[in-house]
Amino acid sequence: MSDVSAQIELASPGAVVAEFEHVGELTVEVQKERIVEACRALRDGPSQYVLLSDVTCADFPDEPGRFRMAYQLTSLATGARVRLRAWAGALDPQIESVTSVWPGANWMEREVYDQFGVRFNGHPDLCRILNPLDWEGHPLRRDYPIGGEEVQFSDAV
Amino acid sequence: MSTTDPRTENFPLAAESREATLAALREQRALTPTERVIASVEAYTPQEAAERTLANEMLADTRPGVRAPLLINLGPNHPSTHGVLRLIVELDGEVVKEVTPVIGYLHTGIEKQCENKTWWQSVTLVTRMDYLAPFANIKAYTMSVEKLLEMEVPARAQWIRVLLAELNRIASHLVWLGTSGLELGAMSVFFYCYRERDNLLDLFEMVSGERMNHRYFQVGGCAQDLPPGFIERLQAFIDEMPGRIDEYEALLTGNPIWKDRMKGVGVLPADELIALGVTGPTLRAAGVPHDLRKTNPYSGYEHFQFEVPTATEGDCYARYLVRVREMRESLRILQQVIDGLPEGPTIADDRKVVLPPREELAWSMEALIHHFKLVSEGFKVPAGEAYAPIESPRGEMGCYVVSEGGPKPYRVHMRDPSFVNLQATAPLCRGNYLADLIAIVATLDPVMGGVDR
Repeated sequence: MSDVSAQIELASPGAVVAEFEHVGELTVEVQKERIVEACRALRDGPSQYVLLSDVTCADFPDEPGRFRMAYQLTSLATGARVRLRAWAGALDPQIESVTSVWPGANWMEREVYDQFGVRFNGHPDLCRILNPLDWEGHPLRRDYPIGGEEVQFSDAV
Repeated sequence: MSTTDPRTENFPLAAESREATLAALREQRALTPTERVIASVEAYTPQEAAERTLANEMLADTRPGVRAPLLINLGPNHPSTHGVLRLIVELDGEVVKEVTPVIGYLHTGIEKQCENKTWWQSVTLVTRMDYLAPFANIKAYTMSVEKLLEMEVPARAQWIRVLLAELNRIASHLVWLGTSGLELGAMSVFFYCYRERDNLLDLFEMVSGERMNHRYFQVGGCAQDLPPGFIERLQAFIDEMPGRIDEYEALLTGNPIWKDRMKGVGVLPADELIALGVTGPTLRAAGVPHDLRKTNPYSGYEHFQFEVPTATEGDCYARYLVRVREMRESLRILQQVIDGLPEGPTIADDRKVVLPPREELAWSMEALIHHFKLVSEGFKVPAGEAYAPIESPRGEMGCYVVSEGGPKPYRVHMRDPSFVNLQATAPLCRGNYLADLIAIVATLDPVMGGVDR
């Protein structure tokens, strides 16, 4: 087990589901209920992953968890990086918001909500960000069509 | 989850503001703070607004010193906001109480489009995100794909990438300096900066054939070697540029108006900036020497001698000084690239990924087949995920790619520094004058193409 997983386990026993090392990058998969605890443990832990570089998601419709969240954490002290992974769930995708750990997660999570429809519990301002506020559907889902959709904004002409 | 019906709230709705309410209704929740601000600023038709003004005047407290907060809509097409950035500003007199940035006006779904293009076609799309730093976009993307392919890029290609990335940094900072000058009333700086930027675009055109949205970096290296005569022109540019930067500094650095507009304006402590995810010159101006070229050297940056300019004040003026000094450091790197540019191929020799050299198609059947397969089907990338961060002119630009083993990306995501840094607008502006907001947004240097993607 890597140091990163050990730190998470120390703060929140049983949170780590698996860890992967691929092309020199460490990915730690955690239970989605524990994502906030895991993030806080890494931020305040000895390796000081104080910078949340990115929050994003990928849609795997055939997987039971479907929406795979990816949190890129950076340590400013050592330059080390780690990626946290959590599956948000297929039917009613939800996960805890990490805005309480990093206020900068606000827009990143809004983007994921906008594009994938994953809801972030405890987010202070969960509304669309890149698409218009009343947009229907979540464009980055794999089942959202690219072409053939009706023309938007036609009433504005 | 709260289930307040927004219709029962006190909002006389104009057609434009129904968006927010509809979204909240559909999801059976109350309006979020952003939706509430958007709805409030758009809530009235002209007739309703006239009636409301009348009603307000009758109710208004007219004692001196008593004033109601004022909501104003800056943008989306405001001459001072760099691009289609809309800021809804709540003012108390002339002091900013709250700023709500509204973005997405340039959203073109590039990440979605990439999923329906092959890996090599997506290069064209990602270049168009941050349109002032096309080489940074393309570099982050190609680096992430090369990571998944576990591909070695030849040294000469790495150095050429460094060369163009640093030229791009100067070009981007010149646009920033010119437009910021314009926004703060220093008109002539704009002309000088664009004069030098035009020389840079000529250099880019020499190398890649395009003045912007270059498709010059490929997965595996660079499309071609540097053209004849390029190094001489670049050397002339490097020799000329320090004097030009001295000119800008003579116009601005000691200028009392420039200093008045910038000093002490828009300050946040470093730990708050880090918590907001802010990177790049904005963070370095607050005293954190975080530069990915030094902390996680990529693409051969470990071979070059350069300083990471920092400042401690964290205000607009410090950001200005840091960016100007960064241009000088980039020139130092450029000189080292010219002096030590290694010989060798400019693209990896992997026929399953890289197009064969053009002249080989005339005599080699195998090359022709490879060319055909690569162009029609594309190359396959092993399954996995990778995140490649680089230091763009604005901060950490990272590309997150997921592959399922096919010829098309499963997911491409750009962590664009403009998008993340723009979140700092509200905390930086609160309590400052409205005029300072222009200086703050200018020195944050958001590029809306990168923000909205």
